[in-house]
Amino acid sequence: MRATALLVSLASLVPLGFVAAVTIQTGWATASALIWRPRVGELMLNTVLLVGCTVPLSAALAVALAWLTERTDLPGRRVWAWLAVAPLAIPAFVHSYGWISVAPGLHGLPAGVLISVAAYAGFLYLPVAAALRRLDPELEYAAASLGLPPGRVFLRVVLPQLRLAICGGSLLVGLHLLAEYGLFGMVRFDTFTTAIVDQFQSSYNGPAANMLAVVLVACCMALLAFEASARGGARYARLGAGAPRAPALARLGRARIAWLALPVLFSAISVGVPLLTLARWLVRGGAGVWRWGEIGAALGQTLLLAGVGAVLTTLASVAMAWLSVRAPGRLQRLLEAENYLAGSLPGVVVALALVTVTVHAAPIYQTAVTILAAYVLLFLPRAMLSLRASIAQAPVELEQAAAALGRSPGRALWATTMRLAAPGAASGMALVALGITNELTATMMLAPNGTQTLATMFWSYSSEIDYAAAAPYALIMVLSALPLTWLLHAQSRRVAGR
Amino acid sequence: MKDAPAHLLLDGVQKRFGAVVALDGVGLRAAEGSRTAIVGPSGSGKTTLLRVVAGFEAPDAGRIMLGDRVMAEGGTSVPAYRRGIGVVAQDGALFPHLDVRDNIGFGLPRDTPGREARVAALMRMVELDLAMLHRRPDELSGGQQQRVALARALARQPRLMLLDEPFSALDTGLRASTRHAVAEVLRRAGITTVLVTHDQAEALSFADQVAVLRNGRLEQAGTPQEVYFRPVSRAVAEFLGDAVVLPATVAGGVAECALGRVAVARDAPSGAATIMLRPEQIGLEPDTSGLGEVGASEFAGAACTYVVRLLGAAGAVLTIRQPGTLALQVGMRVRLVVSGTAHMLGDGAL
Repeated sequence: MRATALLVSLASLVPLGFVAAVTIQTGWATASALIWRPRVGELMLNTVLLVGCTVPLSAALAVALAWLTERTDLPGRRVWAWLAVAPLAIPAFVHSYGWISVAPGLHGLPAGVLISVAAYAGFLYLPVAAALRRLDPELEYAAASLGLPPGRVFLRVVLPQLRLAICGGSLLVGLHLLAEYGLFGMVRFDTFTTAIVDQFQSSYNGPAANMLAVVLVACCMALLAFEASARGGARYARLGAGAPRAPALARLGRARIAWLALPVLFSAISVGVPLLTLARWLVRGGAGVWRWGEIGAALGQTLLLAGVGAVLTTLASVAMAWLSVRAPGRLQRLLEAENYLAGSLPGVVVALALVTVTVHAAPIYQTAVTILAAYVLLFLPRAMLSLRASIAQAPVELEQAAAALGRSPGRALWATTMRLAAPGAASGMALVALGITNELTATMMLAPNGTQTLATMFWSYSSEIDYAAAAPYALIMVLSALPLTWLLHAQSRRVAGR
Repeated sequence: MKDAPAHLLLDGVQKRFGAVVALDGVGLRAAEGSRTAIVGPSGSGKTTLLRVVAGFEAPDAGRIMLGDRVMAEGGTSVPAYRRGIGVVAQDGALFPHLDVRDNIGFGLPRDTPGREARVAALMRMVELDLAMLHRRPDELSGGQQQRVALARALARQPRLMLLDEPFSALDTGLRASTRHAVAEVLRRAGITTVLVTHDQAEALSFADQVAVLRNGRLEQAGTPQEVYFRPVSRAVAEFLGDAVVLPATVAGGVAECALGRVAVARDAPSGAATIMLRPEQIGLEPDTSGLGEVGASEFAGAACTYVVRLLGAAGAVLTIRQPGTLALQVGMRVRLVVSGTAHMLGDGAL
């Protein structure tokens, strides 16, 4: 187990190792010439503005939506809660697709921020709403008895306790912003990721693309460090025993109609626009856009890649997940931290690293092996999280009982813990499969010639401005993501105990 | 603000949650600087009563006055943050994101002159070590958390302090000492206090007025001695402690019952009645012509518990604790010696 975990962790170090190696190989003079140039400054400014606008806006929106749906008597709040998460079922580049066919002039920073908020605010809404549900309402009563009017109670008691949720969600949104290609490519907003992909497509892995990747990785690390310091060392455990009293819902009174505007507007932007556009193109395209042979081929390849990728990723995560539950220690913590770092790297960096390694070291460039390896590296954290949670629920005594009944350690593990962890492994696999289905950047860069997935087919049609032909692919991706988004929503409610 | 003659007055307070009537016309008054304990079995509405007084819930009907200020009347209610009433909740409800100092100073505006000194004075008042100033709530023991919660509520010099079972989460030894400390702090500060508890011993020892709540109604309010020895009903009697309830015939201040002749109040009306005694009023003496027979005994060192069959009443059994030095054998005949008077319960109490 230990050896396997070590091996997987070493493999996941490849992208970081690549970044370090190319920096050294390029040499300081060339590297600094490539890094300190106006183009990089421009991209950096774009990135800072994008993250600096999108994350606070999404956080404010998520807190407001979570408060409205969890703690007020907003009409239809259950429906709005679901609609706040629903945009996550729509791949980011389909959001863009929706907007540019509604407003073809939309481009640059405003477009990037608007669509990013629509596509990613759900990542902040989920943890914030869950944290709001877990909050002990007694604290708010205590604050009121200490003379604080409701608005100040929210600022001084509720908001500080949402800090962890806001930090975690913001980090996730920030990493997505750094890694996303399709969303920004379509509205012609340049980020490091779009620049690297463009470079790569024109000149393969030249030093210019590599150096941009180095800066991008530095941005990711800066984001991780910023989040770690903002989260602080605080523990927000609920004190006291027993189930907390259900919080009283704030009465919005006459203002409820005004408040209702917020979820209505958000849903219109984040669900209404993409789905209406999609519907419009489907209607306009009619039966002609359903080129079944092509769609069937793309669907088949996507399913194959997603299925094999999900199984491989889950298998790779078993050792780490098992170790972190059964034998936590210094080595395991180190490996986990390293996996966390590797898991937050953008797909474009992973892809560049694998291109470099496979071109130089192994004759597997542009084979299915490379793209599957990229998927494993990209989605390992997702598989690990779900697997670890379910292994933690399987008592170690069962493993020991099986051993006492004469099973070898490996077979005891397989017969007990792994059987019990199966639901977690399945949900992890589903999450990975969904990620692969909607993955665009690494697939475009690494997939063997002739491989077309739903995402790449969608991308090539919409790049040719054939929006009608792209619509069926978008529809299939949205439909396949819907059940999982529902699962995510339900899971976050269950974790909170309601 | 503290100098005003504050006392709490509740009049016909009603509160219902859907079809459930939680408070059914509760009336209660508490004198300035007094300590009132509200007791009742779980579900009796005592916590709702406290939350209505604190302003966390608005009563459907009735009036609540604090001093000369109306807190709630006819469905309108002053919100909690404008009441100036301190609350210490069951588990302290300390803010987990703030340290001890910021918890205690939470209700004091940031520009209060001498804020730091005030926090330190409050910590001394509740006997907390100043070294804990920067601890987080999860680094404190249960008793310390309650002291911080008390200091936090005291910081605003409230006119009324509400304690919602603040000792129930503590273990037995800590419970008594924390209770004494809290009572002492509140007595010295002269703050009118209302304690809600389901522990009758705690209520009797803490308060100078005990109010018994059942099914949302106030059954009885009075001094601890009054409610303990002269309960209005068998239910109140049994909620506050073990009770011996027997049928009797009363004439001329004496009740004839299975224990023999027992004194009752001199002006008690003659005729058939139901009397109540506390078991500790009854002593046992070996007597071959006594009215009781020892059925079983359980020795526990300082005390010995005897089960005594009353020969005069078929099936009637008393459980009586006596000093461990009194060595009675099973099967022995005993005389039952009653000290003090028996209390006559109202009609239909049996």
